[in-house]
Amino acid sequence: MDFELSDEQNMLKDSVERFVKDNYSAEARAKLADTELGFSRDHWKTMAELGWLGMPFPEEVGGFGGTAIETAIMMENMGNGLVLEPFLSTVILGGGLVAEAGNEAQIEAIIPEVIEGNMMLAFAYAEPQSRFDLNDVETSASKSGDGYVLNGHKAVVYHGTTADKIIVSARTSGDSRDENGISLFVVDNNSSGVTRRDYRTIDGQRAADITLKDVKVGADALLGEEGGALPVIEKVVDRAIAALCAEAVGAMQAANNITNEYMKERKQFGTPIGKFQVLQHRMVDMYMEAEQSKSMSDMVAMKLELDDETERRKAVAAAKAQIGQAAKFVGEQSIQLHGGMGMTDEYSIGHYFKRLTTIEMLFGNTDHHFKKYAALAS
Amino acid sequence: MDLTFSKEDLAFRDEVREFLATSLPADVKDRCDRGLHPTKEGQTRWQKILNEKGWMAPNWPVEYGGTGWTITQKYIAAQEFGYAAAPVATAFGVSMVGPVIYTFGNQEQKDYYLPRILNSDDWWCQGYSEPGSGSDLASLQTKAVRDGDDYIVNGQKIWTSYAHYADMIFCLVRTDSSVKQQEGISFLLIDMKTPGITVKPIIGIDKEHSLNEVFFEDVRVPVVNRIGEENKGWTYAKFLLGNERTSIARVGRSKRQVERLKEIAKAERSGGRPLSEDTDFINKLTRIEVDLMALEYTELRMLSMIANGKQLSAEPSLLKIKGTEIQQRLTNLLVESFGMYGAPYEAERSYAGRNEAPVGPDYAHGPMAEHLYLRAATIYGGSNEIQRNIVSKMVLGL
Repeated sequence: MDFELSDEQNMLKDSVERFVKDNYSAEARAKLADTELGFSRDHWKTMAELGWLGMPFPEEVGGFGGTAIETAIMMENMGNGLVLEPFLSTVILGGGLVAEAGNEAQIEAIIPEVIEGNMMLAFAYAEPQSRFDLNDVETSASKSGDGYVLNGHKAVVYHGTTADKIIVSARTSGDSRDENGISLFVVDNNSSGVTRRDYRTIDGQRAADITLKDVKVGADALLGEEGGALPVIEKVVDRAIAALCAEAVGAMQAANNITNEYMKERKQFGTPIGKFQVLQHRMVDMYMEAEQSKSMSDMVAMKLELDDETERRKAVAAAKAQIGQAAKFVGEQSIQLHGGMGMTDEYSIGHYFKRLTTIEMLFGNTDHHFKKYAALAS
Repeated sequence: MDLTFSKEDLAFRDEVREFLATSLPADVKDRCDRGLHPTKEGQTRWQKILNEKGWMAPNWPVEYGGTGWTITQKYIAAQEFGYAAAPVATAFGVSMVGPVIYTFGNQEQKDYYLPRILNSDDWWCQGYSEPGSGSDLASLQTKAVRDGDDYIVNGQKIWTSYAHYADMIFCLVRTDSSVKQQEGISFLLIDMKTPGITVKPIIGIDKEHSLNEVFFEDVRVPVVNRIGEENKGWTYAKFLLGNERTSIARVGRSKRQVERLKEIAKAERSGGRPLSEDTDFINKLTRIEVDLMALEYTELRMLSMIANGKQLSAEPSLLKIKGTEIQQRLTNLLVESFGMYGAPYEAERSYAGRNEAPVGPDYAHGPMAEHLYLRAATIYGGSNEIQRNIVSKMVLGL
């Protein structure tokens, strides 16, 4: 057993750390979050040049064959600076689905472009009624000639605005909550019949609600087996959850560092507030939550590489539930310990709080994952 | 001990209900229900309606324009206002400076300011906190130096809610630096239009503008605008904070939030069933509801003690701590109830001039803004940590 990083992994960590240090000061991030795009295409290019966008893909398609551990290293350090580029949406989710389910032609058409930084992706899975259930799909795909016609409403698609292609889950058969009958389609974002409502999210990112009205796609848009997409979706979403857990760990560590420093500097009653025992204990609780989260995040990254599916899914549910609770606690208490300063948009701590708040809800909140774990463990 | 309502009380309840049903403007109600900041225009319009009815200041003595309600009637009114999503009058005038003026002010001050508060002629804001003086309020540095019939005020206040709406600010200023901190503070009423006052917005984590910094540069304030004696301001300030803590529990509002959660839970789905059938959700909501009931009866018990002439010490701190914790748990659960639609968020400020509706279900518009803003509830009015210190010292003698 070993939780230490290899030399290569340490180099990767240093590289992401340096990128965040150079590009993600609180001011730079605030400015970027406020632009129309909400992130930087130059940064995206840099990420491609550094090889990050190809990290999790197999070497055969031009990737580096990295594991979930490499992904976690990157996400943790990006979480530290609240990086805004759509790495999770494009590489882990979109790219992950194509690499996992796509045929040779699809992989060749998409993955190298992603790795080069020329193509962005998004995954449209949620629907207004689905809450966090990946099998709850009402969007329909009916056979029409050689291809399919898609109709439905996809909710809160992160980076759905800037994606060149959207991976859409749609039902080719069965009832709205059946596990069978779900298929994946690659849809060009500018296809006729696709309308988007673009908006900002509380964490400073961008998302869209996407309406599909008689969107015609060819047979080559079907990703993987017709009706059999759920296991693939679950597998890739599990990886995204593990990545998100690592991001949360980075964000919690940064929030704790910022708060810790503030407690040393801020004086009231003639003494640094960090000298007050009640606040010291609070800070210790926040530190412990972040440490427990780091352990869960490392654990889940390692377990993702195992073949035992139940074990993998239990690890993901447990990690997300524990980290969701920790993220809320650390985020909320960071604001509290900052007092009024924590309430301002100008100061960085509120942005950590808001990202941690959304991480708790993305891909299922704490309650959802406790339920999932209970079902898997019984 | 008795919890039953008399026939008169029930008739009073019907009167309040009827009044709110017919007089509360729909736009004001909607903003209040969603938890959005009031607009100056809407709040003022509503307060003028309240004043016309004679209900602007239920807690004031009748001689100054109070309603003369019994403690039971005040309770009934608060309940009905909460249920109907009717805003209470903005606290800074009616609940904070008003009682200071009628308790410690002179006749001229009472005659001039109290009717103006009742009629919403002046929007008040509170000049307490400073960059270096938050929890340690008595360390405040804003100086007032006597110059003939004026004080000349220099310094800075911060976290001043609605200073950009305000006509008047009540301010704690230092008039003597040579004595113990608490003994050199005075309480001034300052016209916001006085030359030398600058208001600078602070954009909050909710991306809205409700907080401000207020700068004073050689601001001349007539000595007649001082409340009570020079250097006795700390006594008046503490009196005011005591009043603030009893109104901060917001039980009526929290009860309405519980109702809202129940309505939303019927519309949302979890695991293919209504969210209202989700046992995790039910547990959380029920725990809040029972805690809220305990808070409600604690508040009533304290009000009854006051009505029977008993002196409270730091008990109102308990209402502040429990009340704000419940408010935060409620907005947390509200945001959670929307699932993924908790994530979309745009400040109202950035919606100005657009006519598309906010994304997601209609009831999802508001709670996230309130959730973000209410992180301040455990900070403002004396942070909950400070409140616990007060209880520990004053009640428990530790």
